[in-house]
Amino acid sequence: MAKKSIGPVRREFSPWESPDHPPFIEFRNVTKKFGGIAAVNNLSLKIYEREFFALLGGSGCGKTTLMRMLAGFETPTSGQIFLDGQDLAGIPPFRRPSNMMFQSYALFPHMSVEKNIAFGLRQDKLPASEIDGRVAEMLRLTKLEQFAKRKPHQLSGGQRQRVALARSLAKRPKVLLLDEPLGALDRKLREETQFELMNIQEELEMTFLIVTHDQEEAMTVADRIAVMDSGELVQVATPAEIYEAPNCKFVADFIGDVNLIEASVAEKTEAGTTLRALGTEFTLETSQTTDAGVGDKVWYAIRPEKVRIAQGRREEGAVNQINGLVWDIAYLGDVSIIHSKVGEGDHDTLRATFANVSRMVENPITWDDEVVLSFDRDAGVILTD
Amino acid sequence: MAEEHVAPPVKRSLGGWLLIAVPYLWLLVFFLVPFLIVFKISLSQVAIAIPPYTPTFDLGEGWQAFWENFRELSFENYIWLTEDALYWKSYVSSVVIAAISTILTLLIGYPIAYGMARSPQAWRPTLLMLVILPFWTSFLIRVYAWIGILKNEGLLNQLLLSLGVINEPLVILNTNIAVYIGIVYSYLPFLVLPLYASLERLDGSLLEAAEDLGCPPWKAFWKITLPLSLPGVIAGCFLVFIPAVGEFVIPDLLGGSNTLMIGKTLWVEFFNNRDWPVSSAVAVILLMILVIPIVLFQNQQQKMSEKDG
Amino acid sequence: MTRGPTWFNITSLALGFSFLYLPIVLLVIYSFNASRLVTVWGGFSTQWYVLLLHNQQLLDAAWVTLRVAFTSASIATVFGTLAALVLVRSGRFVGRSLFSGMIFAPLVMPEVILGLSLLLLFVAMDQARGFWTVMMAHTTFAMCYVAVVVQSRLVGFDKSIEEAAEDLGCPPVKTFFLITLPIILPGVIAGWMLAFTLSLDDLVIASFTTGPGATTLPMKIYSQVRLGVTPEINAVCTILVALVTVGVIAASIVTKRQQVQKERDERAAFGADTAGTS
Repeated sequence: MAKKSIGPVRREFSPWESPDHPPFIEFRNVTKKFGGIAAVNNLSLKIYEREFFALLGGSGCGKTTLMRMLAGFETPTSGQIFLDGQDLAGIPPFRRPSNMMFQSYALFPHMSVEKNIAFGLRQDKLPASEIDGRVAEMLRLTKLEQFAKRKPHQLSGGQRQRVALARSLAKRPKVLLLDEPLGALDRKLREETQFELMNIQEELEMTFLIVTHDQEEAMTVADRIAVMDSGELVQVATPAEIYEAPNCKFVADFIGDVNLIEASVAEKTEAGTTLRALGTEFTLETSQTTDAGVGDKVWYAIRPEKVRIAQGRREEGAVNQINGLVWDIAYLGDVSIIHSKVGEGDHDTLRATFANVSRMVENPITWDDEVVLSFDRDAGVILTD
Repeated sequence: MAEEHVAPPVKRSLGGWLLIAVPYLWLLVFFLVPFLIVFKISLSQVAIAIPPYTPTFDLGEGWQAFWENFRELSFENYIWLTEDALYWKSYVSSVVIAAISTILTLLIGYPIAYGMARSPQAWRPTLLMLVILPFWTSFLIRVYAWIGILKNEGLLNQLLLSLGVINEPLVILNTNIAVYIGIVYSYLPFLVLPLYASLERLDGSLLEAAEDLGCPPWKAFWKITLPLSLPGVIAGCFLVFIPAVGEFVIPDLLGGSNTLMIGKTLWVEFFNNRDWPVSSAVAVILLMILVIPIVLFQNQQQKMSEKDG
Repeated sequence: MTRGPTWFNITSLALGFSFLYLPIVLLVIYSFNASRLVTVWGGFSTQWYVLLLHNQQLLDAAWVTLRVAFTSASIATVFGTLAALVLVRSGRFVGRSLFSGMIFAPLVMPEVILGLSLLLLFVAMDQARGFWTVMMAHTTFAMCYVAVVVQSRLVGFDKSIEEAAEDLGCPPVKTFFLITLPIILPGVIAGWMLAFTLSLDDLVIASFTTGPGATTLPMKIYSQVRLGVTPEINAVCTILVALVTVGVIAASIVTKRQQVQKERDERAAFGADTAGTS
């Protein structure tokens, strides 16, 4: 049988998997306190060269603070930060080899696009010809050639964002920090820009660190994602691993939609675990193993698209099948989401999602239908917290 | 980011300290130290000498001389001030005149500020300019202009006489009424500007909500607009009342000999009687009277500057 | 406030502005009155202006006043801007309340107190009174006004622009001169103009702190006014009013034009965005 892997897409680039590969950026036991409250709590993280790394989390999780400490605008209360082997302690922002693209763009209103982009280069006292060359290159990269002489107030939101990007890349920093850069753009522009960012990052072979609260954005652009909550790392993994192998309920719930089934461990074997769902008493057989003991309570996390739904009733003795009653339907055009009640309690519902692959369907599923929901042995993940 | 931000102790470089030090030292020397000197002089006695008071402290004379001089200081001047009715009447009269003038300025200024806030957006820069323009022209000139209007042969009386409204010229100049007119006229921009700023920030949808809930417009003004404009009202009143208490030019040019204002008293004491110690004592007491309103004003300013920051 | 003006609003505006401007207008008219008396209109005449040009004392006083105003305004602007920076950016430090107290107090302090205290300081310092003492006195109270004006500009300032400059390699002091100052410049200029006007106009403090040879124009006007209304004074006042009016109107027109241009640019750029050509 062919070896199985997480997710349907294979990635070639994975320096984090080799233990000898030195990290490019390292946070070592970094804590940051404001007053008595820790915004970042004893956090350690390794980021590798040429990664597009995302810090993902809700408001107040500490992701922006972490990035600002790397940029030099905040000083860690304790711990160390290394960039390309150099300890950044005591180095002020204007001497760090990192550059930041600000959420508000922070363009200099009294300078033209050209002068904005050239600003960082002029601080380094580069010769004028070289500055001109770099500026031209950046204008070409971000397709801003015709706007070179304009001032920020003469540009649209999307154009200003590109100027901010060009300005922060002009110095070829060791790492580019992006602080929620796409929040102000409308949906279509945001998607286009995400792909542009990825292309630029690959073309320039740079390390990018992006802070965002938008999980779709993180999943789209990042090589690896760090999910943060209350100043701590919850999980650091590739998008596929985060989605298909979350390590706790918080991550499972934070990214995408998920069914969390409360169950107790009935039996543990080498081939997998048998769970008994609480409330509905149906038996789950999964190929996952768990550290929890027999009789312990766990959650089984299964994504709605992994749940198959069909009209009819469960076969006697079949495993990973349960009867349900269609409760609610959300028809989104490309997909349909079906909520079904599988037991007496209010929480005994399962969501199933499927792509509407056929335009014309005989006898489609509707409200109050009796349905059977089923899934494979490796469709879900056992979570203990 | 909704992170809790308690201001941490700032690590300051040498440049940071220098930034603070320059204006700080200037103000200490030229604002604070003079007050201490005024206090010291208020404890001295008048003398026919240069400078016209005694004792004078000369650091060169040594410690012994310093102590002898120190013992000569006394509160004599303050006692004298309390004994002479002229002085405490002046203080009371100044506060009363200033208070009445402030209320009059408010009654006249509020409709102006309100009218400005309600006017179309296109008019506002022009209206603002019109309010500020008199402020840029000389204060002295504008007070002086009123002399020509208010005196017995002045324009106001000419107008009223020719219209037949009165038979004899009204005596306005050199009375307290002229002082009220003068103060209101001169300080009007100081009240209108902060009040306008406060009214302009008012969210129009609050008034619409009130009307939607059944509240007639005039009532909405009393219950919503007025209370919300209170910070502007208070700031404006402070900016009128406090300097008006110590005002000199207006009572001197427009007031009469029975217009008792402490600013005038201090001036006369200093320039005419050449009594520096008594002038200083007058100033100290005036300062003590004003200290509470000044501190209140500063607190309000401080709160407002922090709020926006 | 969005609702349109009512009749009450328009009337109060009209009355209010008439009240504000009437005395000034009358002054201007009477400066051209051939007769000395206010009661009689003797016909249009510019004789008082001619007499003014030959009044050496007045002209000297005007020159002193201009020099004092220019010098004190310039120094006050520098100190006031520094003070505003401290107020907005320096966070907490020992003696901060005293500092902000010293900035806000002179704004409301009666001038007789300021004048008296400064004079006594100069006497204690054994400093001869004249041009320099008036100048220092004006600088002191003017810097507080400048601080308040610049502070309001700084408070609305987007700090991330300074952070961006630092992030791109610009040390803090250089950032102030290259980035912050150009952006707050309108506020700094407004502060200078305010300081200039306050100095130009000051009577009380100048009277206390000046010395022989440094009589200012307000002092001269005041001493002549005490003797009675003189038409020459009307002429002086009219000239000052005319100068200020021209200045303020010019400034308003320039600002308005800049504002209109800015709005036009922003609208054009926004159009480009929605048309999808970004």
